[in-house]
Amino acid sequence: MKLAYWMYAGPAHIGTLRVASSFKNVHAIMHAPLGDDYFNVLRSMLERARDFTPVTASIVDRHVLARGSQDKVIENITRKDREESPDLILLTPTCTSSILQEDLQNFVNRASSDASCDVILADVNHYRINELQAADRTLEQVVRFYTSNKDTQAQCREKTKMPSANILGIFTLGFHNQHDCRELKRLLNDLGVRIHQTIPEGTRVNQLSELTRAWFNVVPYREVGLMAARYLEKNFGMPYVAVTPMGIINTARFIREIHKAKALTRLRVESFNSTEIKVPEEPQGLDTYVDEQTRFVSQAAWFSKSIDCQNLTGRRAFVFGDGTHAASMTKILACELGIRVVCAGTYCKHDGDWFREQVQGFCDQVLITDDHTQVSDMIAKLEPSAIFGTQMERHVGKRLDIPCGVISAPVHIQNFPLSYRPFLGYEGTNQIADLVYNSFNLGMEDHLLEIFGGHDNANGSEANSQGQGSPQLFEPIAQKCLIDWAPEALRELEKIPGFVRGRVKRNTEKFALKQQAQLITIEVMYAAKETLSN
Amino acid sequence: MKNSQQSLLKTSVPVECETGNYHTFCPISCVAWLYQKIEDSFFLVIGTKTCGYFLQNALGVMIFAQPRYAMAELEEGDISAQLNDYKELKRLCLKIKQNRNPSVIVWIGTCTTEIIKMDLEGMAPKIEHACEVPVVVARANGLDYAFTQGEDTVLAAMIHRCPKDFSSSPYPKHPPLVLFGSVPDVVATQLTLELKQQGVHVTGWLPSSKYTELPVLNDQVYVCGVSPFLSRTATTLMRRRRCRLIGAPFPIGPDGTRVWVEKICESLGLTPKNLSNREQQTWSRVKDYKQLLQGKSVFFMGDNLLEISLARFLTRCGMVVYEIGIPYMDCRFQCAELNLLEKTCREMSVPLPRIVEKPDNYNQIKRIRELQPDLVVTGLAFANPLESRGITTKWSVEFTFAQIHGFTCTRDVLELVTRPLRRNKLLELEATSSSNLFVRS
Repeated sequence: MKLAYWMYAGPAHIGTLRVASSFKNVHAIMHAPLGDDYFNVLRSMLERARDFTPVTASIVDRHVLARGSQDKVIENITRKDREESPDLILLTPTCTSSILQEDLQNFVNRASSDASCDVILADVNHYRINELQAADRTLEQVVRFYTSNKDTQAQCREKTKMPSANILGIFTLGFHNQHDCRELKRLLNDLGVRIHQTIPEGTRVNQLSELTRAWFNVVPYREVGLMAARYLEKNFGMPYVAVTPMGIINTARFIREIHKAKALTRLRVESFNSTEIKVPEEPQGLDTYVDEQTRFVSQAAWFSKSIDCQNLTGRRAFVFGDGTHAASMTKILACELGIRVVCAGTYCKHDGDWFREQVQGFCDQVLITDDHTQVSDMIAKLEPSAIFGTQMERHVGKRLDIPCGVISAPVHIQNFPLSYRPFLGYEGTNQIADLVYNSFNLGMEDHLLEIFGGHDNANGSEANSQGQGSPQLFEPIAQKCLIDWAPEALRELEKIPGFVRGRVKRNTEKFALKQQAQLITIEVMYAAKETLSN
Repeated sequence: MKNSQQSLLKTSVPVECETGNYHTFCPISCVAWLYQKIEDSFFLVIGTKTCGYFLQNALGVMIFAQPRYAMAELEEGDISAQLNDYKELKRLCLKIKQNRNPSVIVWIGTCTTEIIKMDLEGMAPKIEHACEVPVVVARANGLDYAFTQGEDTVLAAMIHRCPKDFSSSPYPKHPPLVLFGSVPDVVATQLTLELKQQGVHVTGWLPSSKYTELPVLNDQVYVCGVSPFLSRTATTLMRRRRCRLIGAPFPIGPDGTRVWVEKICESLGLTPKNLSNREQQTWSRVKDYKQLLQGKSVFFMGDNLLEISLARFLTRCGMVVYEIGIPYMDCRFQCAELNLLEKTCREMSVPLPRIVEKPDNYNQIKRIRELQPDLVVTGLAFANPLESRGITTKWSVEFTFAQIHGFTCTRDVLELVTRPLRRNKLLELEATSSSNLFVRS
């Protein structure tokens, strides 16, 4: 047992549901008690999804506990098959079904004979893996299911005429995934690579058998997609590019890797059938492209040379997040902006070695933990001038008065912006530069304000009435009170949340004066509320 | 008392039952408002990552405010009994005592503790003894309960900790009265004052804002509920403490509040005075909102058990209720409320709505599509998708967290109900001149 308030990565079934609900026309059925379908709320609220989330629960209640699910799961599967005719139903186990140890695979087998859609049991163990690992696995599982037939084996050799790539790992509730995806497509398009399929987001599972016609795969995020990419490499010889194009240096590396993967497939295809496929020449030299993008599309390189950025030299930053974002951010801060990263960390414990290797040499120390108290203790100890982390670190920052830029999930609704905010590619470098600059700059502004005595109305009338502080330029906002408060009423007033308390107080006083009350009692307070609230 | 007990039992309002495939919050969410209400408590939810993830996301920013609750997250070793539950829980409780020094630790049992049959009730007294902090056990799990029923299980468990004997003599003019149900302190004060005007003295509240101030409960005490989801608490009060339950509708809306006060007065042998005046005054203060609602239709998908009371109140406001979905319907505890609903419908000459217990969301959405109600009260899982299909929605969970009890809060409830309608009006005005995106189909 472990005392916990906050977790960075959610339970396994969330990962499965994120993948399932990203595919088009796939329905997930959770084997779960009432209330475990909170995922639907998350998707509907954070992503502001317009469609019903294709997730339902086959409810585990007392009866199920006593007698087993029996036909309930199968009925729910066949019912959903009738109602929505999905291409695939993914039966999703939860922590509850993990310990019930019902033979869900048997239900799946029985249901698939009745249902017209495909039915798969997601192979995830709640107690062994987390949300991200489960998403990675589920994606691989679905890809495997739809590519293991003979057609695919044949199609594998028929590559598309033009160079093309699949993007693996873009899905629902991912940190800025939609924007990143658009940016990636633009980048690949510039490089003469067509997007064959983007999975799981927006793809139908029955198209997956065509997946292998692409020349290679792109895995933008370390956490999800790698398993599928490795599977496709092993079984169909598809090369993959797993460099995250985040930051100028890594984007350039990504572009070179793309080029390599393209060349590799071209060689292979030409050895199959030498004449048929015509490979177009590069639109321009690769180096020219990178150079132009770096200098003119991205402002980040120029920004790091500008006087603004000089002021950031040697400033101390703390980085924490998922593996992909924390590692990339560390490198950007250290190599591209000249900022000293005092600690880089990740909560992806399962991938700790990779992370350590990535950030080695770019930071003073490495922290690999999923315990938020350890993270906040570290921040408090190191006192960096800015934090780049998750929502949790943002709040730690608030408490310690250190500015924070959010670079990784878990996130709140404000990290699902409507405007275009990629973290990847050349536009991403601009966004990151802004984020970094704004985080540090605001911290500086606060600091300077403090040195010079704060905003001129910060201490307001209170300081004045106590005869302290600088003389006020403006009249105090609230007029002086002309009527007394009974002690109980004052206590009651204390119970009202701070941000409305002032208004309630003024309104009550106005009301009491109008009523010519001598003293504000609790009764007067509530009479005021009833009368004044309209 | 005989009268009130009889009216507790009978209602002729029909209730249908569907499949129970509906969306609601897990009952462990009750820690969100209970830890705030009971200031000296600490809530320990004994469950898995799933429970923790739900709380973390559902409670939003509360989680950053160093809340007085935590997860005792069960790991594989706990499930397979490689670790000793007793030792583990004792370790955590000692840690909590050391860090927070609460007057009570409430253990919230979850689905997992049910399935692995962890004997929380058996361990609690031993750990209570070892740590010298009272430990109350409430099984608020998703196998048995929905959303607000979590509070019901906690309060029912707290009853056993209430003192039995009065140390000083109770209020002389009428028998002691204890109100049950967690409401914000401000609302508790308002309701207490409302009764005070009738000469009724409220002896205590369950829960009070401190665990150390739990009310005395014995066979002298009259009890009355303020929320419709407290049936287990009511039963426990009657059976275990022989308290006398006052069967009344719930003080939600001026109509409900009035009858609630009346029933309490009657049971205590007092004659209510000036009540209809008070009710009329309140109605007249919300005329503008009532006008907005007049003739509009509403559909409750059902997730927090407040549905019957809200539907009754909105019927009185002139709305037509198509369907009241509700997770669980205790026809005995809600009897007075159901009868008032029936009476209200008759008086407003509208048909009695269909009441659906354990609704099926899929079927409900089909019905919503057919009926095209003006307003659907629903959970967040369906709100955005329905809005995007041109159906106006109100997020139901807000009613759980907002102040909705008593005359004083009438406007607050209507504020919530009318908000989407008011927004539509504003957007429609804009839409006529700009684009047709906002024009409702």
